[in-house]
Amino acid sequence: MTDFAHHNPDSPGVAAETGVPLGSLSTGTAEPEGGAAAPARSPGAEAWRELRRKPMFWISASVILLFIVMAVWPSLFTNTDPRFALLSESQARPTGDVWFGRDLQGHDLYTRCIYGARASILVGVLTATLTALVGGFLGLVAGYIGGVTDTLISRLAEVFFAIPLLLGAIIFLFSFSSPEDGFFKTVISIVAILVILGWPSVFRLMRSAVLQTKPNDYVQAARALGASPLRICFRHILPNALGPVIVVSTINLGVYIASEAALSFLGIGLQDPTVSWGQMIDEGSEQIRNAPHTLLFPAGFLSAAVLGFIMLGDTIRDAFDPKSR
Amino acid sequence: MGKYILRRLLQMIPVALGATFLIYAMVFSLPGDPTTGKCGERNCPPEFVKAFNEKYNLDDPLLVQYGKYMGNVVQGDLGEAQSGLPVSEELSERYVVTFKLGGMALLFEGVIGILAGILAGLRKGGFLDALVLVSTLFVISIPVFVIGNVSQLIFGVEFGWFPVTVPFDPSLYDLLLPALVLASASVAYLARLMRSSMSENLRSDYVRTANAKGLQRSRVVGVHTLRNSMIPVVTFLGYDFGALLGGAIITEGIFNIYGVGGYIFQGIADQDGIAVVSAVTVLVVIYLLMNLLVDVLYGVLDPRISHD
Repeated sequence: MTDFAHHNPDSPGVAAETGVPLGSLSTGTAEPEGGAAAPARSPGAEAWRELRRKPMFWISASVILLFIVMAVWPSLFTNTDPRFALLSESQARPTGDVWFGRDLQGHDLYTRCIYGARASILVGVLTATLTALVGGFLGLVAGYIGGVTDTLISRLAEVFFAIPLLLGAIIFLFSFSSPEDGFFKTVISIVAILVILGWPSVFRLMRSAVLQTKPNDYVQAARALGASPLRICFRHILPNALGPVIVVSTINLGVYIASEAALSFLGIGLQDPTVSWGQMIDEGSEQIRNAPHTLLFPAGFLSAAVLGFIMLGDTIRDAFDPKSR
Repeated sequence: MGKYILRRLLQMIPVALGATFLIYAMVFSLPGDPTTGKCGERNCPPEFVKAFNEKYNLDDPLLVQYGKYMGNVVQGDLGEAQSGLPVSEELSERYVVTFKLGGMALLFEGVIGILAGILAGLRKGGFLDALVLVSTLFVISIPVFVIGNVSQLIFGVEFGWFPVTVPFDPSLYDLLLPALVLASASVAYLARLMRSSMSENLRSDYVRTANAKGLQRSRVVGVHTLRNSMIPVVTFLGYDFGALLGGAIITEGIFNIYGVGGYIFQGIADQDGIAVVSAVTVLVVIYLLMNLLVDVLYGVLDPRISHD
């Protein structure tokens, strides 16, 4: 293997487009010499430079970090048991002691809002990771191999794409999970259906990115030099397609959190005794006339979490998009 | 054009068959007992299971089952709900209200979303643009059932401007707040899409040419830019229709509307499997038909698409 294949996959692309003769590309391993392609940074590094300067990025990242800490270690924020109920103080208004007040059963709402983060973050992170892996892998395979494989997988993706997320999830959970299921079984069935219905969005993105990258000179050159398909995929094609997949997965993470909450709200997602925001909102929505705070606090937490991920995805997208600079 | 429509129609058939088969397989063939929850909070007696299996042909191979089921659906037989009433009868009673609600939501979505998008796109970086960007970000981030509950609380309970729950035979005014709630997320997405599509097209060569020819600003924006900017918007409308149908279940549940969504909401609460599955399947098929319509519209907007 010559050092050609070790070349940073992005800079030759830039060089080829700007009309630099191909011969100059085989120099150097990390940085093109003699100013062949002006900035030596990869799109990823360029985007990171851009991101660091944006306050929106730091705000959304810290909101997300806060929720993740909340999900992993809820006892850091509160000493109360989320299932400890004082029925005599049912629907108590917020006070200095009980910051968010109490719900119908007399649970401390602040504690339950903190503990509710776990289910939402777990579903969101698992679903976004799995859809990125499944959709990304199939997109890479379909785009790279092409032909009959591509047609088959693309048609399959169309079928899954044709079922709206919430409608499909309702049917699936309705026939699959029962109220007696434990925490993990319910979380896994919610994640499973969201992945089953969600992978085509990443698949389409990955496939089109691969199709765009494949005809580039540096990919052809790597193939001519005898690089294995695996190497070409992971070293040359994947780094170019990664940006949009990260952006869409981050935004989708927020969408999946909202979907999980919507399912729990409808009564087919997470159920008592699991603490989840969707289910708290469901309970609160029945008491809006006499205890609106039981609705507003969990709703605020849920919205803040979704907002955090969507904002992060938005800022990353802007950072990756050279036109917005 | 005729050839294009025919091709789209033919392309839709395998997708529709695949999607309905997928739903069917999810409900009846995967591990898990299909009679779960159909007899309340206990296991079903063996006689019921036997009758159930016979009625839904569950002893046949999966593909045969599916064929028989679709045969019934095509003939308008969607099975019976727990109450013993045929699902098709319930749906035919309720679809008018849902149709009204959805129509109003689509209207809001189209008018507000496109208008806000155009205004923001024309002055990118201006005050209005920033306002649209920030407000849409918030609306997108707040889930529809939170918007529904909170606006019910604020505008229904606190201010009393709108009815808290919608009466049995609602007027357009009764449906105004639910329709706005249902449209909210889509309006925000649409405004953002329209904005970026608009500002991108305003920079294109043909707009520069139109300006150079000395055409009026209103014609350049209203005819040359708008028509091209509408293409991604129309695609989005078709895709978003699915979210609208899902949102209708939640919105109709919150505002207690006697429509198809309210039926599904109630069915979930009552553990009424057949009612939920049949009604949702119908919604999925409607969604597919809507997307076919969008594809055709797409061909009208962009002649290049229907001519290849």
